[in-house]
Amino acid sequence: MNLIDTAFARLKEEGRTALIPFLTMGDPDLKTSVEIIKRLEQAGADMIELGVPYSDPLADGPVIQRASERALTNSITIGDCIQVAEQARGEGVKIPFILFTYYNPVYQYGLDAFFELVRSKGISGLIIPDLPIEEDEDVRQLAEASGVHLIPLVAPTSKDRVVRISGKARGFVYCVSSLGVTGVRADFHTGIDEFLATVRGATDLPIAVGFGISSREQVERFSKQCDGVVVGSAIVRTIEEAIPLLKDAGKREEGLKLIGDFVAKLRG
Amino acid sequence: MTQIPDQNGRFGKFGGRYVPETLMNALLELEEAYLHYSKDPAFQDEVRYLLHKYSGRPTSLYYAERLSKHLGGAKVYLKREDLNHTGAHKINNTIGQGVLAKRMGKTKIIAETGAGQHGVASATIAALLGLECKVFMGEEVMKRQQLNVFRMQLLGSEVVPVVSGTRTLKDACNETLRYWVSHVDDTYYILGSVTGPHPYPMMVRDFQRIIGDEARKQILEEEGKLPDYVVAAVGGGSNAMGIFHPFVADEGVKLLGVEAAGRGVDTTLHAATMTKGRHGVFQGSMSYVLQDDHGQVQPAHSISAGLDYPGIGPEHAYLKDSGRAEYVPITDAEALEALQLLSRTEGIIPALESAHAIAQTMKLAPTLGKDQVVVVSLSGRGDKDVEAIMNYLGGDKHESH
Repeated sequence: MNLIDTAFARLKEEGRTALIPFLTMGDPDLKTSVEIIKRLEQAGADMIELGVPYSDPLADGPVIQRASERALTNSITIGDCIQVAEQARGEGVKIPFILFTYYNPVYQYGLDAFFELVRSKGISGLIIPDLPIEEDEDVRQLAEASGVHLIPLVAPTSKDRVVRISGKARGFVYCVSSLGVTGVRADFHTGIDEFLATVRGATDLPIAVGFGISSREQVERFSKQCDGVVVGSAIVRTIEEAIPLLKDAGKREEGLKLIGDFVAKLRG
Repeated sequence: MTQIPDQNGRFGKFGGRYVPETLMNALLELEEAYLHYSKDPAFQDEVRYLLHKYSGRPTSLYYAERLSKHLGGAKVYLKREDLNHTGAHKINNTIGQGVLAKRMGKTKIIAETGAGQHGVASATIAALLGLECKVFMGEEVMKRQQLNVFRMQLLGSEVVPVVSGTRTLKDACNETLRYWVSHVDDTYYILGSVTGPHPYPMMVRDFQRIIGDEARKQILEEEGKLPDYVVAAVGGGSNAMGIFHPFVADEGVKLLGVEAAGRGVDTTLHAATMTKGRHGVFQGSMSYVLQDDHGQVQPAHSISAGLDYPGIGPEHAYLKDSGRAEYVPITDAEALEALQLLSRTEGIIPALESAHAIAQTMKLAPTLGKDQVVVVSLSGRGDKDVEAIMNYLGGDKHESH
């Protein structure tokens, strides 16, 4: 059974909502990414989105763009990002990993080779933000055959596409909270509650919400309606702020603690 | 050749719609509106009227006799897109999309720009149609193209500097798409080339094909036969696709796209997407892309800010892989030489973009017979580049920036 399904089943029994942090792999370096993943699990993360840095991240706001740029100065590849998952697993991390990547790095790796790698390194889910259902046929078939969940995005503008998208979803349905790119924001789309109810009605799978969620209050607000809450830019920004500490051997622990504490606070 | 693109926006394996779900409905809405209005005689009449009375079409197909004699081979004809209002072919597309935006009830338009030509053409049509306009331009390019920045402001548009990534055309496109995601309700995105997600490559081609439709008719009138070659510069590829498209079915006409080789295709400073790129997905479509081994898009370089782009329209990729068109690189130095030659032999200062097509013609024409004919797309005039050219040629000892 896919770890994502197991995790949601357990959370449902416990009456809890999944907290799903996102971090960009290789920001500031791969070794630190492994350390951060361990801290996130300890702080109460239920699953983790591993972001693959990309030169042209269309769906992302400035915070994740900067993280991508930092990681790319270290020449981080999609293969490196998947290795991080294997290493973290080897060091005892139990929670499911979801790879978040734009399509071109996957396409250049070669679809067959990519799915072979993803499956063998213990990645449970895949989010490809620039691969709408019109373009995902090949990827979806390979994901299915590999037992990896291809998790689709639905947006407040998806309207009658919600049913079609949810019908093909695996793992959970990722609801985009607002129009725009990733990044911290105070307001969500005005029709957000109605939108989440529509998605809820369209699928038996768990639903998660993301884009712009940054505080405990917001996590709580969405916990009533959703099975999972994704926090991305707010964590990436915390990592960004901690970089001077992380790079100083004497203060590294302090930096990791800062990140862990932020996630623990989101968990509540 | 069958109808392309197909209903999914595919030119063979190229094209498609690789965009976040947040944009999908906007693209579907746009496609529906375009397919509707492109069959509406009133819409077509309005576009035709503006092309004729406002932009001054048809543009002339001019026999460049002195250039031809200097090169000593084929007869060279220039399709004078530089004579359009605003000085380049870009207005053909912005008139079409501007009228479409208005019919769709949008009150605001946004556009990306490389050299500033498409930005100026968008700002112009926004002023004419009473639409609010924001143009996204790489901060790096804004320094190189200060006059065009001021021109857009004079026309009442806001120029938004793009500071992300490489701060050139590629990132201006990213930022425009990101802005559009947040403002899809009332904002229309006038994409400037035959790039991006479906329906843009098809729609921009359709609005630009007037270049080739006119040129084909004009050369038949002048020469009584079709040309042996059609030559055009390609960045994203809109002027090239515009002039190529009506000739695609004419098998005897060779189509030659000229891309920017910058400092040379063996350096890292070039924009030779076809020569050095591979198939990949970039900014919404599958095409050729300049990228590293891991699929990260590489920065492009060209003396011409309009060709400084690591992607190319998917229909060009289709024409290349099917063997129907050929794509060749021209360096900065060759383009500069061609610019000076055309200025001195014909009294026409071409845009740096168009100078690449002239440079290829300098190589090609002498290899052909005197009875052979080459049609070159002179996509824009060089006024916008004069200051940059002055710096490159060392005419300005006190660099202003």
